[in-house]
Amino acid sequence: MLARFGRIVLLGRRYHPPWVAFAMSDLLRLTDDGLYCEAGDFWIDPWRPVRRAVITHAHADHARPGSEAYLTSSEGRHVLRLRLGPDALIEAVPYGQPVFMNGVRVSLHPAGHILGSAQIRVEHKGEVWVVTGDYKTTPDPTCALFELVRCHVFVSECTFGLPIYHWPDPRTVFAQIHAWWQANAAAGRASVIYGYALGKAQRILAGVDASVGPLLTHGAVERVNAAYRESGVALPATEYVGGVADRARYRGALIIAPPSAHGAPWVRRFGDCATAIASGWMQVRGMRRRRAVDRGFVLSDHVDWDELMRTIEATGAERVLLTHGYTAVVARYLQERGLQADVLSTRFVGDADDIDAIAEKA
Amino acid sequence: MRDFAVLYADLDATNKTNEKVAAMVRYLRSAPPADAAWAIYFLIGRRPRQAVSATHLRAWAAEAAGIADWLFEECYAAVGDLAETMALLDVRASSRASHSLSEWVEGVLLPLREMDEPDKKCVVLRAWASLDSRERFVWNKLITGAFRVGVSQKLVVRALAEVSGVDEATLSHRLMGEWQPSADFFAQLIAPETADADISRPYPFCLAYALESKLPTDARGRLFDADPVAFAGTLQAALGDLSDWQAEWKWDGIRAQLIRRRGQTFLWSRGEELITARFPEIAAIGAALPDGVVLDGEILPFKDGRVLPFGRLQTRIGRKTLTKKILAEAPVVLFAYDLLELDGQDVRSRPLRWRRAQLAQLVEACRLPTLKLSPIVAAESWEALERRQQCSRAHDAEGLMLKRLDSSYGVGRIVGDWWKWKVAPYTADAVLVYAQAGHGRRAGLFTDYTFAVWDGDPRNGGRLVPFAKAYSGLTDAEMRRVDAFIRANTLEKFGPVRTVKPQLVFELGFEGIQRSARHKSGIAVRFPRILRLRDDKRIEDADTLETIRALLPIEPEA
Repeated sequence: MLARFGRIVLLGRRYHPPWVAFAMSDLLRLTDDGLYCEAGDFWIDPWRPVRRAVITHAHADHARPGSEAYLTSSEGRHVLRLRLGPDALIEAVPYGQPVFMNGVRVSLHPAGHILGSAQIRVEHKGEVWVVTGDYKTTPDPTCALFELVRCHVFVSECTFGLPIYHWPDPRTVFAQIHAWWQANAAAGRASVIYGYALGKAQRILAGVDASVGPLLTHGAVERVNAAYRESGVALPATEYVGGVADRARYRGALIIAPPSAHGAPWVRRFGDCATAIASGWMQVRGMRRRRAVDRGFVLSDHVDWDELMRTIEATGAERVLLTHGYTAVVARYLQERGLQADVLSTRFVGDADDIDAIAEKA
Repeated sequence: MRDFAVLYADLDATNKTNEKVAAMVRYLRSAPPADAAWAIYFLIGRRPRQAVSATHLRAWAAEAAGIADWLFEECYAAVGDLAETMALLDVRASSRASHSLSEWVEGVLLPLREMDEPDKKCVVLRAWASLDSRERFVWNKLITGAFRVGVSQKLVVRALAEVSGVDEATLSHRLMGEWQPSADFFAQLIAPETADADISRPYPFCLAYALESKLPTDARGRLFDADPVAFAGTLQAALGDLSDWQAEWKWDGIRAQLIRRRGQTFLWSRGEELITARFPEIAAIGAALPDGVVLDGEILPFKDGRVLPFGRLQTRIGRKTLTKKILAEAPVVLFAYDLLELDGQDVRSRPLRWRRAQLAQLVEACRLPTLKLSPIVAAESWEALERRQQCSRAHDAEGLMLKRLDSSYGVGRIVGDWWKWKVAPYTADAVLVYAQAGHGRRAGLFTDYTFAVWDGDPRNGGRLVPFAKAYSGLTDAEMRRVDAFIRANTLEKFGPVRTVKPQLVFELGFEGIQRSARHKSGIAVRFPRILRLRDDKRIEDADTLETIRALLPIEPEA
């Protein structure tokens, strides 16, 4: 108790580094623990244990263990439980339904990133802030469609905030994946596709035509599949690789695994197999070549450049804060267009897990 | 263009040589002959002169995409490839054009060079608008003169052999020298028999692998040669008796083929450039040679009985006109290695022993100071030869060449009969001071480094002066580590260049060193590369200019 009290006192006096470009009266501000709402006394996606954490989505850089209480969307509660373990105190609230904290109105709205992902809308004294977490505006059968929320201050990610990023139609990408899988199956080879175990893997499963061959999964993917199914998301039948007794069944199968499995002893069991990564980073050739996989499929759970710009404009926000990705570039671009835009130095890493690009991102 | 873009994507999409060959075979079977000829031309690495400057292209691409120049540069830094950056940026598409590759090259690309700037711009913008992103990428590669795709000439030849049924050595030979891509050329290329009318055509150069690839090496790929007796034993075990081998100095000049046929002389570089006019001294040798002779040798700057540093040659390369002064300062000679054609007959399959004897006679008969027989390095044992190898630099050579006496003159790089055995590089410890993002598979990672050494006493008023740039030599993991260091320790940004806090020390290797007025440090090094990260060293432990200058060869003044 004393420790908690002590922290509250410290918070008010804490030194704010110069890049925190806004005043103390801001509805949300950056502290050493994360993005903090003083009026409501809660944090959004904190990177250190706090009392009350409102979570945008269950990816590791946004949902960290150790806090006393968590608030998530109803759809996201199973995947968040998977991330935080059985002992975490998790409260769930349906999209759109307000929760009041010290008179601050907080509501969660679909972000379209992965199952349960939410933008956090914070309203206090007539001022509305929206924190996106990660988001995409393209439809995805495994999660609710992104909802546009008008606001005064838009706190946005910009993982792919460069005009070189234009996502192809997902239907085209799935047709490519299909053709690739079919050709490999015809040649008697296994097809291993790498994607983040939470979100990307399920999107792939929901998008492929399962008639080509068996769908096999890495253990990390299969655990998340269970949480998705428990949440009511329809996924085709999958089988955990470790449970496959007959190795001949690998041939012709589509195997879904996290990127960390690439080059690991785990993939050797498939013998001569074709490999691919599904990620927005695959739009750039050098990224794919550096991963040494056979194919790169451009499938992202983030907004591309045009979607980012359209969304920012549509929110009507007069001020934009960029949390992670090409923050400096996007801020400058928006400033040149007359918007008030700043960089917020958070510890979110966006799509880094997709291809361990942590060290590679500016 | 569509099919060629698909071929590029197919080649780019696989690491497996069989699949690459299959993709080329598919293309060559279905493409019109003129397209096939151009495809071969580009695939084996030939390119027309760059038609548009990169600066213009960048400006036009930014304009076409409706973005500011700084934003274009950010994109370029993330992509690491100019052609690809321009292809990824959104361009308002107009009606799609369905021209073939040869129509694009002959009708649009080649005429570009002759146009004035506004016309160029108009043509380039129109081309972008009529191509899809994948085609635009390949097109950009062609206009920037940077077309490269992961196939070796060997693989292209293998695909051609599969399509035509002509054997690979013949095809390799037919692809040498100067030729104009056309339907006729392609027909000649794949014909079972042709009247080889082109008298200038050189033979494919025979290349050697590094001895390191044959012998046991340490983790860094260096030979275990600390103990000469043991090492001689290793050589004996790997290569057999020394009496089966011919050892020559490995020179650092310009490898070239001198052709004398029907009273005409042609001089080709290994990069298959016709360089007859650039080396009049060498071209003059032709007149002294009998008809139907082809020599393989090395062009070297040579004066007062000594080979000069390679830098002297560089002062001549690229000059349009050779003044008397230049000819006097950097006179060149040809050190002949081998004989490929005699009396108009291809003698490459004869043993080296025979070719060398004939070559010696020819050189002797010429009696020219500009034509020398590359001397044989004699030794009684592997151990004695190793001692001589260690003295290579004293002979102005960079090591030895070992050639099996009964070997034929092979096509391309051959394993087993020819080996290059270079001396250990010079080394220096230097401090990382600037970094820039890399290209290609290093795109988006800071991997191009500038290193500095101390001018003066590091502990007493000395300052770091940049002395070499290097980007190869680190493992992927080390590269990522250094990249993270650079991001966390950037002091300043100048466009794409970052000034880095001086902290990391690297051991650099380089092949040669010379004075240079163009470099701040006053010296220039040849083939610098990173040997390893020296985490055990502090920046004060890095080398000084003084210690590096001590490596400078004593050079006869020009």
